[in-house]
Amino acid sequence: MCDTCGCNITPGNREFAYKPVNGATAVAVLKSLLARNDDQAIHNRQHFDKHRLLAINLMSSPGSGKTALLEATIDALRDEYRIGVIEGDLETENDAKRIRAKGVPAYQITTGSACHLDAHMVHDALHQFPLAGLDILFIENVGNLVCPASFDLGQHRNVILLSVTEGDDKPAKYPVMFRAADLVLFTKSDLLPLLDDFSPARAEANLRNLASTVPVMQLAARKALGLQPWLEWLRSELAQQHARVDQGETTRSGIQAGVMRLHEAFR
Amino acid sequence: MHELSVCQSLVDQVEQIALTHGAKSVELVKLRIGPLSGVEPLLLQHAYPFASAGTLAAESTLVIELVPIKVSCEACGTETEAEPGWLVCGACGSCHTTLVSGDEMMLMSVELIAAERTNHV
Repeated sequence: MCDTCGCNITPGNREFAYKPVNGATAVAVLKSLLARNDDQAIHNRQHFDKHRLLAINLMSSPGSGKTALLEATIDALRDEYRIGVIEGDLETENDAKRIRAKGVPAYQITTGSACHLDAHMVHDALHQFPLAGLDILFIENVGNLVCPASFDLGQHRNVILLSVTEGDDKPAKYPVMFRAADLVLFTKSDLLPLLDDFSPARAEANLRNLASTVPVMQLAARKALGLQPWLEWLRSELAQQHARVDQGETTRSGIQAGVMRLHEAFR
Repeated sequence: MHELSVCQSLVDQVEQIALTHGAKSVELVKLRIGPLSGVEPLLLQHAYPFASAGTLAAESTLVIELVPIKVSCEACGTETEAEPGWLVCGACGSCHTTLVSGDEMMLMSVELIAAERTNHV
């Protein structure tokens, strides 16, 4: 569908498109409210694909260990891949400083009061942040289980962290976010013996109830426990990204794939 | 609270359509919103007058049609209604379902008032 010539109007949705009243002219649109963001995200993804890099959007509540995961990942993959990080926070350069201390380039986006990153903010950051030579670009989103889920940044994969101190019903409480996941990590798993109210099995069941079949892993980044499956996942995703780029193909993270299926259903 | 930025993006889109059609103003804006879109219709409705103030859409009415969540089961083929935190098949209980509707966040149509000197837009 092209959104311009009217070919997106089908027997199923025509009634919503045309319904003129009292002298007004109705114009069918049938475009996402975030069309501008989505167009920018497509552009960002072209940048990433041009550089053959894998772009991963990390999302979670504040304090669930996104930056700690990145620190541990950088330590583990230092000799294997060149990593870059774009950090999103309302204020401070703290996270970017932690990443730079590991010898990895980091760009901090401070959003002011905005509760999420959008594709335009990331694009602006890309102009200040050399992508050449990078294998993996992590975008650490603003800590928030609500708003970031709605905004495509151009990433290939969404990774969602759920720390075991947060409660195992988070996927049920924040279905829009957890549906968007391509991988879910239960973090701070070394604390599990101290917590009587977090059951990894229950957390996973809540995720499966969202019709999500994505992999789930447990790890403790600060103790370097359980990192291997995560590192293997990254290696495999990067290999798949290289294969896609070589075929002239690209991919979008979970929630957008859902939207694509939806639009196919519209036809 | 990203509804205001979503709303600003909506008003930009609507105003662009009005300008393209040479319209004087916008009368009505119709959206379809599903519970899995991540956008709260009531907050969008509240944000709309602020986002549209001073634009061609300033006096327009925002109509939001709510879309139910429906999933199609890959196991038994049935299409059933579902809840935001419970997207398994309503018939057989399988979690291998595909979302058919419920994540829409879509601008469906706008109704424009033609500029006075134009008979046809």
